[in-house]
Amino acid sequence: MVMQGEVLLSARSVVKRYGGVHALKGVNFEVHRGAVTTLFGENGAGKSTLMKILSGVEVPTSGQLILDGQPVEFTSTVDAREKGISIIHQELSLAPNLSVRDNIFMGREITTNRGTVDYAAEEKAVRALMEGLEENISPKTLVSELRLGQQQIVEIARALSVNSRILIMDEPTSALSANEVEVLFRVIHDLTASGVSIVYISHHLEEALQITDFAVVLRDGEIVAQDEAANIDLVWIVSNMVGRNFDLGTPPTGYEFGETVLQVKQVSVADPANPDRYLVNNLTLDIRAGEIVCVYGLMGAGRTELLEAVAGRGSIASGEVLLNGMDVAKLSIAQRIERGLGLVPEDRQRDGLVQTMTVGHNLSLASLQSLVKGVLMSSTSESRLVDNQIAKVHVKTNGGGAAIGSLSGGNQQKVVIGKMLATNPTVILLDEPSRGIDVGAKAEVFGLLSSLASQGVAVLYSTSEVGECLSIAHRIVVMNKGRILASFGPNVTKEQIMSASGEAVLA
Amino acid sequence: MSTSKPTRLVSLFNDGFDIRATLLRGRAWFALIIIIIVFSVLSPNYLSLNNILQMSAHVAVFAILSMGMLMVILNGGIDLSVGSTLGFAGIIAGSLMQGVDIPALGIKLFPAVWVVVLIAVACGAGIGFINGVLISRFRVAPFVATLGMLYVVRGAALLITGGLTFPKLQGSADLGNTGFNWLGFNRVFGVPVGVVIMLVIAILLSVLLNRTVFGRWIYASGGNNRAAELSGIPVKKVQIRVYVISGMCAAIAGVIIASELTSASPVAGETFELTAIAAVVIGGASLAGGIGAIRGTLLGAFVIGFLSDGLVIIGVSEYWQMIFKGGVIVLAVMLNAIHYRGRKRGPDSPPPTASFAAVSSAPAEPRAEKNVA
Repeated sequence: MVMQGEVLLSARSVVKRYGGVHALKGVNFEVHRGAVTTLFGENGAGKSTLMKILSGVEVPTSGQLILDGQPVEFTSTVDAREKGISIIHQELSLAPNLSVRDNIFMGREITTNRGTVDYAAEEKAVRALMEGLEENISPKTLVSELRLGQQQIVEIARALSVNSRILIMDEPTSALSANEVEVLFRVIHDLTASGVSIVYISHHLEEALQITDFAVVLRDGEIVAQDEAANIDLVWIVSNMVGRNFDLGTPPTGYEFGETVLQVKQVSVADPANPDRYLVNNLTLDIRAGEIVCVYGLMGAGRTELLEAVAGRGSIASGEVLLNGMDVAKLSIAQRIERGLGLVPEDRQRDGLVQTMTVGHNLSLASLQSLVKGVLMSSTSESRLVDNQIAKVHVKTNGGGAAIGSLSGGNQQKVVIGKMLATNPTVILLDEPSRGIDVGAKAEVFGLLSSLASQGVAVLYSTSEVGECLSIAHRIVVMNKGRILASFGPNVTKEQIMSASGEAVLA
Repeated sequence: MSTSKPTRLVSLFNDGFDIRATLLRGRAWFALIIIIIVFSVLSPNYLSLNNILQMSAHVAVFAILSMGMLMVILNGGIDLSVGSTLGFAGIIAGSLMQGVDIPALGIKLFPAVWVVVLIAVACGAGIGFINGVLISRFRVAPFVATLGMLYVVRGAALLITGGLTFPKLQGSADLGNTGFNWLGFNRVFGVPVGVVIMLVIAILLSVLLNRTVFGRWIYASGGNNRAAELSGIPVKKVQIRVYVISGMCAAIAGVIIASELTSASPVAGETFELTAIAAVVIGGASLAGGIGAIRGTLLGAFVIGFLSDGLVIIGVSEYWQMIFKGGVIVLAVMLNAIHYRGRKRGPDSPPPTASFAAVSSAPAEPRAEKNVA
């Protein structure tokens, strides 16, 4: 393969492991001077991990980075920035309590001869940056007063202000309007023309294709294809991205669905930061006993907000949630769990596990009341419950007394699922149950859900990976901006789902 | 055998590592033993039974206060108002012992001692309840809410007495309210009543923490409040209750002190909240919540009590005592930081050890809530 332009930065056989998860499996990646290199891949393919390594956020488990022909090691993001590499993160990293000016110059304030901050010089620089981005944002505005898209612009302006040689953009357009995206692309053109290299990541494939010079496709921690823009099209990207998937099972069959157990009726959830905006917008969804429904949507589609609202975390602005025909909207989380509705949250470290407790105590946490004999908990009942759950969800541990941190991501996830299953739910909601776990554990989790459904449990799970929709789900609903855009049976194709969610419209 | 030698070498190495770990885990025990040995050498009277009992009686007040504080700290909070609550409860007990005027009936009521004690403890619970509501319902930071209560409650105690001390709380046989000094003065089988109360509270709270649902709720919501909430734990109720327990413990300690002195001072218990926090921390609890146990906190209280009494006995100046105490506290926090390093990690950063190694070493890891001293 012929590529013009010299290689500025390259990663050689880079491997990254997080505990038991193999995020990158020996990746060779090159950044060319003055070109836009776009990384394509599904969630969990390893794109963000690779970018974190290139920008000094993470250190590779093994492998090498070569900058200007010399091996380098970045000790921190500051170190990487000093060597000319900066990153615009997918998640905004701004301080909302500070002004636009202070955010842009955070950590590299311009000072006067007397050692005080030279606000005038900073503000002048900010105005120039904003002019270039065609955005009318005053330097003194607090970041918290800006809407999300404008915050993203500030994040971009900050990265631009460093005058980097390599600029990594991880989903920079997720909150931008079409107009703003156009301006950003013009800025990117100007930058590459002046010799700056861009590494670009986006889920909006068509959009990304417009500015790509060189495309690289990652799948399951490996680069599966790469080529120049002239030789590729949308079909090439999609087919390489999704590839052949690890078999995550098929929808369980051989039984009839039961009654409708969960009805979500015209539910809206307001954005706590901006009550006029709805994260879930007038959404209606039913699920029957024994049925598996998959909610597909990208980051910000409203999946998490929907599931949390149904489970009782936070309140709904309008609508009804009926469990077995009874309105549960006013009930506490505990009461909903008692009535058979449980949630396995998306972020297991933040919402799922108590890191200071053992595997066993985590497993029994949601069903402690069932262990009470008189006033005290029965430790024999508890160890029976713990042993049962460990066997039921196949947690690989040497017993309930082990520290939760000693388990791999997949086994930790099984603990969170096992905790909810111990409450004997009739409806189980799982928010991205496969996040951050390896492919083997994924298959186990999906197998578990499938067998639960065949026992009559209604299963509702969300995902942002197309491959996971086409596994055990009887029904796939596509969500975007708080609404359901489409609903499919199990025989849908990946292309149809991605097209419905607005990622790529294929001819 | 040719293979036995290397094996033994390896196990020797392992033992070496274990000794370090054991020293770290049992640091409060070792500190207490060292304190006892050093002071026994310096003063022949230190280790006499009488002195040990005397010191234990001093420790009891702090230990009761600290155990209440432990409940709050396990839940991830802090209670700075316990010293003031202690003083306030003493004043309530003192003023009730002086008799309650009921002008409408023209009589003066002298409640029985057990009623006095009950009311004083109920006042402590009430103060804790206010703390809890401020923190859980109105989302005031625990540090600020209880700091405010520290001043409010102290001020209230001073207002009630006009800044004076209630003396002579023995009561009188005519009025049928004798026996208040029993708590502070008497002994049960030679053990001061305060120490007995301390042990009873220790057992009760220990059962509460380890064997009841509520105890597990305290650990869970202190370890990860969001996960606890999503598991159906009423985290706000738990938060209120731990402050109520802390307030009750402080009030009990206040009654004991008033009984020991047979007088109630409105300034009793000043800065005791800091000593209580120190005892909890020396006992191995994590200020971030979720880790700690009664046994450790008791040990922490004994370390502080035996150290300060020892310094008094060998005649070290009060100023040096403060410096010693402060040094011990800082050292304890440092050791805690070493002990818990790598245990509490941010989201999505897995443990540093490879999963296999961590699993195989897991049995050596004490369970979180037994992980004390």
